[in-house]
Amino acid sequence: MPQNSHWILRRLGHLDGILLTLVVVLLGVSLAMVASASGQSPARISGHLINIGLALSVMVVMANVPPHILSKVGPPLYVAGVTLLIGVALFGEIRNGARRWLNLGFAFQPSELLKLALPLMLAWYFQRNEGGLRGKHFWVGGALLLVPFLLILRQPDLGTALMIGASGFYLLFFAGLSWKVIAGGGALAGASLPLVWILMHDYQQRRVLTLLDPTSDPLGDGYHIIQSTIAIGSGGLFGKGWMQGTQNQLDFVPERTTDFIYAVFGEEFGYVGTILLVGLYLAIVARGLVIAARAPTLFGRLMAATLSLNLFTYAFVNMGMVSGILPVVGVPLPLMSYGGTAFITLLLGVGIIMSVATHRQLNKT
Amino acid sequence: MRRPTPLKNLDRELAGFHGRLKVGAVFVAILATLLLARGFYLQITQHDYYTGRAESNRISQVPIAPNRGLILDSKGRVLAENYSAYTLEVTRGHIGNLETTLTKVGKLIEITPGQLRRFRRLLAESHEFETVPLKSKLSDEEVAILAANRYRLPGIEVKARLFRNYQAGHGMAHVVGFIGRINDRDLKRLREAGREENYQGGAHIGKTGLEQSYETLLHGRTGFDQMETDSSGRAVRVLSRIPPVPGKDLRLYLDRDLQEVAEHVFGEYLGGLVALDPNTGGVLALVSKPGFDPNLFVDGIDPETWKSLNESPDRPMVNRVLRGIYPPGSTIKPFMALAGLELGLRKPSDAINDPGYYSLPRSSHQYRDWKKGGHGVVDLSKSIAQSCDVYYYRLAVDMGIDRMHDYLAQFGLGEKSGIDLDGESAGLLPSREWKQRRFKQPWYPGETVIAGIGQGFHLTTPLQLAVATAMIANGGKRIEPRLVQSVRDPLTRAWQAQPVATRKQLAIDPDNLAAVRAGMMAVMQPGGTASRAAAGAAYTIAGKTGTAQVVGIKQGARYDAGSLARKHRDHALFIAYAPVENPTIAIAVMVENGEHGGSTAAPMARAVMDYYLTGKRPGNMNLGAIDATE
Repeated sequence: MPQNSHWILRRLGHLDGILLTLVVVLLGVSLAMVASASGQSPARISGHLINIGLALSVMVVMANVPPHILSKVGPPLYVAGVTLLIGVALFGEIRNGARRWLNLGFAFQPSELLKLALPLMLAWYFQRNEGGLRGKHFWVGGALLLVPFLLILRQPDLGTALMIGASGFYLLFFAGLSWKVIAGGGALAGASLPLVWILMHDYQQRRVLTLLDPTSDPLGDGYHIIQSTIAIGSGGLFGKGWMQGTQNQLDFVPERTTDFIYAVFGEEFGYVGTILLVGLYLAIVARGLVIAARAPTLFGRLMAATLSLNLFTYAFVNMGMVSGILPVVGVPLPLMSYGGTAFITLLLGVGIIMSVATHRQLNKT
Repeated sequence: MRRPTPLKNLDRELAGFHGRLKVGAVFVAILATLLLARGFYLQITQHDYYTGRAESNRISQVPIAPNRGLILDSKGRVLAENYSAYTLEVTRGHIGNLETTLTKVGKLIEITPGQLRRFRRLLAESHEFETVPLKSKLSDEEVAILAANRYRLPGIEVKARLFRNYQAGHGMAHVVGFIGRINDRDLKRLREAGREENYQGGAHIGKTGLEQSYETLLHGRTGFDQMETDSSGRAVRVLSRIPPVPGKDLRLYLDRDLQEVAEHVFGEYLGGLVALDPNTGGVLALVSKPGFDPNLFVDGIDPETWKSLNESPDRPMVNRVLRGIYPPGSTIKPFMALAGLELGLRKPSDAINDPGYYSLPRSSHQYRDWKKGGHGVVDLSKSIAQSCDVYYYRLAVDMGIDRMHDYLAQFGLGEKSGIDLDGESAGLLPSREWKQRRFKQPWYPGETVIAGIGQGFHLTTPLQLAVATAMIANGGKRIEPRLVQSVRDPLTRAWQAQPVATRKQLAIDPDNLAAVRAGMMAVMQPGGTASRAAAGAAYTIAGKTGTAQVVGIKQGARYDAGSLARKHRDHALFIAYAPVENPTIAIAVMVENGEHGGSTAAPMARAVMDYYLTGKRPGNMNLGAIDATE
């Protein structure tokens, strides 16, 4: 690690140098991509810089909060989140046919809160019962997961529900959820797929169908997938070069600073770029897992492992969607896509991992 | 059951956790592999395919219509030219409510009911994203008003378009023809000919006349701009350009002044006139009356005007020179006379006594001569000069229908002349075989009798008569009439002469030909049927008058012009060439309801020949005033 990094790390306190380096590299790539995708729009670039700065500050603050204090935030945050979700179900605003927003003077999506609140809550719960984890604890954990999952599912917001469900599942898994239960649950889920299909909303079914054959609706839902796969595929091995992607620069790729930014990246940097990007995410996850392995507390272990895996899941779902192997769900590419809330939530998570990494002393609750 | 110590449990949980971390790492590796595999498939395996897709996304071919070739008269004066004008165009797929938009536009600039009708007709024929002209030739003021209000009128555009102007108007309509908007039928034809691509970017195609028959030369080759466009179709920049190649210019044999004279001489009469250069087949003048204004069609004619043109009893859209078929009447006699000589059935001096009628052997039916009491003693020259019917009744019977058909066919009767205009009629040269085929009936001897004077089944066009006349003038050379003399390459600007087309040379005994020519000259001299029309001519003329019956005359009845409505009166015919010694012009005239070739058709031909040979412009035509002699 270079000398000046040490200096920065010392000044800012509890930061993990490797993770910070990886994140900063990724943010640099993100800035370059937003610049290219927005046609070098000064407003977009400065907005992105502000988001990055804000999110990095939040990360630094988070990294300096010791895990035992963090864990105490879990229950109140979880209760508040679930309460707000119930509030949404009762009083929420409907936009685009879904009841996801709560008007608190500003539009607010409580489901965003649960992305961190659910792992925190579960980790807090398992930490409390450390050393004596038995089946009943997992039943309780499962129940804590299902409540927000079902509330978000009926908004409806299948994408977010699955992402939050995944984060909860990862935590249960790392906490030692029995393989029998996992296998049984998997079998059950497989068997209930037809039922899920029937219960899906029309637009959700259409998205899945469009994934299977984008050409069935080339000007509607299929347009996004068709144009993004053209962009990625035409990038070839080395890409067309930064700011040289025709699909991007001529406006063929939709939502290209946000959800479809990987299409721009793939077009301009090619397969080599794809390998490096996936490698970067893998490195972040690997570092997170190493931190988890070394963490002194169960809470720290569970949080670091879950948040790391979660970050990669986001990357996988987004890149899978943009390259046409997953249905179109509104999931941004972590630490790449333009957007304030997502950036803050993600770097909050990274801050928590750093906190786990740098607070090595045992702080039993 | 003994509960394990918490510490031992902690160790076991930690070991389990490390195991789970490995499983998690494997899971992540699997997901990463999926992404990389997908990336490999898209970016390496399918790279070429997606590159093609991306290129076709961004590159669009924008066609550039070529400038259409000009049509010039023999002296280089423009008959059909291009001009650029602003047009108000509507794309139905891009406007909201059509009626609201039309009302809005109507408040800004004047839209006439005719323009609106035309627009609705074009709209009905067009596709949703095709642009349809609402009003052409906008004034500068109108363009300014529309430009200022453009934001209020989505789907409405003002575009600069090339148009065609026909300066000569009515007089040239049947020669030059007109262009019109490409319709589904044109498109189908172009597609079948593999020329569809060459019409991208242009909305017009030649519909009639030279505009139609020389379409491939006049049109030129469409150019293309390769444009880079964004997802909304806006052009970003030009990548490359294939410039359009303008169409070729056409220079005609026809002289605009002579054409004007030929049109003028008709006065109020309807009919057709065609003058050929007997040596080259070049068309010197071609008039079909009435004409029409070809400019009406250029950008779509409004339905009312079209209806009035199409349903007019005068049939202004029919080119009478090419498509008007009439019995040749007495104009066939010089050719019959030549046939008699060439087949050895007559000598020029052979004379008959004409009592005023002819009867077939063992028949009481009388085929009357047009002259009551007959012409007395008639030899070949007099038979032509005075148009003696009985001479030809006899000759026809001696010749028989088979030989008559075969000989006359050599003059191009009953066959398309091959002029460089479309839609020509072949006419009808009757034969035994034709009648059997057409009517499943044998040929009757009486039919041969009347065929001898160009009546009965015979049908010819004025153009065929002109070609046949030219053959007498040029000594049997079967020329194909041609309007276009030379073609100019738009790039080199060099004129290239079009080849003269001769179908064949007929071998005619010079003495026989001289005898017939002498008979035709006698027509124009005192005692001949058209002597008045030739009075005072500064050159020699050979001619022949004729009459084509419009209504049949019953046996025993006499034709009485006074008792017939004008439209039932006979058509007057006249063929001629001049100067006889060295012919440079051959003419055929058909005057509908003109009654007598000598009194209406011949003076018209004379006026045209006068202008062509001496430059003398005709004064007021006093047609029909000359005594009727036939």
